Amino acid sequence: MSDIADRVKKIVVEHLNVEEEKVTEGASFIDDLGADSLDTVELVMAFEEEFGIEIPDDAAETIQTVGDAVKFIKEAQ
Amino acid sequence: MFDLTGKTALITGASGGIGGAIATVLHGAGATVALSGTREAPLQELAETLGARAHVLPCNLSDAEAVNALPKQAAEAMGGVDILINNAGITRDNLFMRMSEDEWSSVLEVNLTATYRLSKGVLRGMMKARWGRIVNISSVVGATGNPGQGNYAAAKAGVIGMSKSLAYEVAGRGITVNAVAPGFIETAMTDKLTDDQKAQILGQIPSGRMGRPEEIAAAVLYLASAEAAYVTGTTLHVNGGMAML
Repeated sequence: MSDIADRVKKIVVEHLNVEEEKVTEGASFIDDLGADSLDTVELVMAFEEEFGIEIPDDAAETIQTVGDAVKFIKEAQ
Repeated sequence: MFDLTGKTALITGASGGIGGAIATVLHGAGATVALSGTREAPLQELAETLGARAHVLPCNLSDAEAVNALPKQAAEAMGGVDILINNAGITRDNLFMRMSEDEWSSVLEVNLTATYRLSKGVLRGMMKARWGRIVNISSVVGATGNPGQGNYAAAKAGVIGMSKSLAYEVAGRGITVNAVAPGFIETAMTDKLTDDQKAQILGQIPSGRMGRPEEIAAAVLYLASAEAAYVTGTTLHVNGGMAML
């Protein structure tokens, strides 16, 4: 697994307080990991800081799963 | 009783009577304050009176770009923004049938839209800190209406609806959002009233007098304090009984 994916996973585990095994590539923050909509805003904030990128609001809305986040960050970097 | 030592507060409209009193009271409770307003001279004067822990950040609230930049400037000056007081307001009174689009939109822009922009701007830091206080200054006329103030009353009622909605969203993060609705307060805004107008207003106030800016500031201090952690989405009416809501 790539370095980006590991770092994304770590952030998700910390922010949503979920077990690492549940944070799979296809896991949806809201449907599978128990996040509410404000949690997803916070996750995006955390990704922005961790990776030094800016994620615009319209792009943030498309980031629904762990895999979406990894893909977006890879492309943004 | 309420200690704000170590907290940072951004106050808009700090060059006005109520804003100046709010800044003075929060500063007196130990907070570091950022004083914002359109006119720089009175802000500088207030900052000098307050001494240490006071920063001056002039900003024209009808300039969207300047408003969006203000939270960042305040955070840079103070190391963060724990407390936001959206106090700045303007009036452009006119009978509804004569009210121009410009009179309507300029009042909405400064009194409501700037409140939205600044609140949005400070939330990121508050979410991370898991602590924050937003106090929006509304007005009794936002609840009661007032002839000649369709625009102002709409904006001030809007502030209350906005505060409640935001309060729902961020309550779980240790952030409270409340409004304070002053009645008639002795300021430059009410000095313009004629004696007849004043006498007529006083007849409607059970306390029999106008309020003082310090009495609004005291309500703001409470809502900004750690002690008010369980108070959110509310409107504290400070109006001498003029409207018991």
